[in-house]
Amino acid sequence: MSIIVGFVPTPAGEAALTAGIAEAKLRNEDLVIVNSAREGALVDKSVAPDNVLAQAASRAAEAGVTARVIQPPYLHDLADEFLDVAREADASLIVIGLRHRTQVGKFILGSHAQRILMQADRPVLAVKADGAGF
Amino acid sequence: MDFLNPVINGFAVVLEPTNLLYCLIGVVIGMLIGVLPGLGPAATIAILLPLTYNVEPVTAIIMLAGIFYGAQYGGTITSVLLRLPGEASSVVTVFDGYQMAKQGRAGTALGLASIGSFIGGTASIVGLTFLAPLVASFALDFGPPEYTALAMLGILLVATISSGSKAKALIAAALGLLLATVGRDIFTGESRFTFGSLPLADGIDFVPIAMGIFGLGEILYNLEERHRAAKAPSKVTNVWPSRRDLKQASGAIGRGSVLGFFLGILPGGGATIASVASYAMEKKRAKQPERFGKGAPEGVAGPETANNAAATSSFIPLLTLGIPANATMALMFGALLIQGVTPGPQLVEQNPELFWGVVNSMYIGNILLLIMSLPLVGIFVKILRVRAAILAPVTALITLLGAYTINNSMFDVTLVVVFGIVGYLMKKFGFEPGPLVLAFVLGELLESSMRRSLLVFGGDPLGFFGRPISATLLLVFVLVAVLPIIRGAISKRKSTAPTAVTPEIKEKV
Repeated sequence: MSIIVGFVPTPAGEAALTAGIAEAKLRNEDLVIVNSAREGALVDKSVAPDNVLAQAASRAAEAGVTARVIQPPYLHDLADEFLDVAREADASLIVIGLRHRTQVGKFILGSHAQRILMQADRPVLAVKADGAGF
Repeated sequence: MDFLNPVINGFAVVLEPTNLLYCLIGVVIGMLIGVLPGLGPAATIAILLPLTYNVEPVTAIIMLAGIFYGAQYGGTITSVLLRLPGEASSVVTVFDGYQMAKQGRAGTALGLASIGSFIGGTASIVGLTFLAPLVASFALDFGPPEYTALAMLGILLVATISSGSKAKALIAAALGLLLATVGRDIFTGESRFTFGSLPLADGIDFVPIAMGIFGLGEILYNLEERHRAAKAPSKVTNVWPSRRDLKQASGAIGRGSVLGFFLGILPGGGATIASVASYAMEKKRAKQPERFGKGAPEGVAGPETANNAAATSSFIPLLTLGIPANATMALMFGALLIQGVTPGPQLVEQNPELFWGVVNSMYIGNILLLIMSLPLVGIFVKILRVRAAILAPVTALITLLGAYTINNSMFDVTLVVVFGIVGYLMKKFGFEPGPLVLAFVLGELLESSMRRSLLVFGGDPLGFFGRPISATLLLVFVLVAVLPIIRGAISKRKSTAPTAVTPEIKEKV
């Protein structure tokens, strides 16, 4: 059993990581940090630079949690493919970051977080960024 | 002052608002496609050829030229930031540029490259200004036999100097010549290779071939490539190089300008070869060659300067002799023909506004590019976020739409599709499309001048050797054709000597 964190280099992603590390320590489980970007573009701002990922891994190590970082690219649908990763890792908990998106924004662009929440077949912990105005 | 008058009038042409606007459009497009790996200047010019139908010839060429030299600036950006050359001419920039970026000096590398490009480009325009009329006045005496020899030499040089297999390049060139013969015979009116098809009787137009082979073929080929994982966007800070960096790179910039200028004039030469040669020269000249590949500023400045200088000077053979030096110039040749202007020695005399307008627009374009590439790099990098799955269909659509609008004929669209498949298959099996298009463009000139001169000589092919210029050119032709065989025999004799390993560079057009 392990805990899986969806990580992006944003405040919400950082908050998810913090919550994931805390939860992994509490449950004494392994941590899987997933940073996924869509295939096809050359540059994607949701890809975490190497130094940020290394920092995330070292934060987990400092807390005494065994963590591994994976960067699987996704082809069509982040939610589906993220949940596949969770199933493979036999996750006991999924941790994701949330940010506010307006109704219209959600209607047009959709929300990965919402789809993960609705479609997940296991518990999901959704975290908001510190001090984000809602 | 007689010499300078048309030059100054050329500036008046450039400063017309329309021309300034098209110059800006050209360099912005050039910069964008320079940043995008996969789509090169030749493909873009091919796709945008239909756009030039409704504008003045000078305006059209100003825009297309802007795309060409703008791409040389843009190609640097991805080389430095992503280790992914946007253009073939920026391949060598990867070695030191990416290392500099890793050391946190991406801004310096880009700044040096832009400044070098600007200096190289501008120096090359000055050279072009003085050399081109000279060459043109010399070439005014050329008759059909000289043109025959020149066209043959041009095709052979492009085929042999091009990267990749020589035999395949020659096959492609032969195919291009064959395609040029399709249609009604210009002397007798006999139909050739038309298979009874009426649209083919007029011959195959240059535009569908270029759009198919360079445009559609390139798009299809790129779609096949597996995508690498996306990278995190890199921040570019401090693009102004320090005085020390500039001092270190100034020698490389100077040498790159001269080297690039001369390599650009040679048929088959051009930006790619110039950048490789400049890198090799800088490495050889350096006091500590081991610094190269570890982030040496000269390794970025030299090649980037040389490729811009070469891009500019490769206009000389086109505008003065009417012989395109490389594939992109073949497209310019085609664009000029569409406009009813035949590039050649008479161009400077008969069409001074066009000639000097285009040449002088390059000054403006280079200044615009310098402005765009120093402070606005961040904006251009954003285009890399566009996925190929979105870009490719849009480009293909524009290509086919453009092909239709030329003559409002579906036959042209079919031709584009057919040649798109041909171009795709050629790239897939390692045939360079450049020699084909170049041979196609020159094929018509070659055939008409050859038959005309044979009429003059009364059917005696030895007549070509009776005229000094054509005899010399044909001698060079034989030399170029035979030299590799001789060289092969010599190197076989002393096969113990180690052969230099040259990095294989895939020409992305």
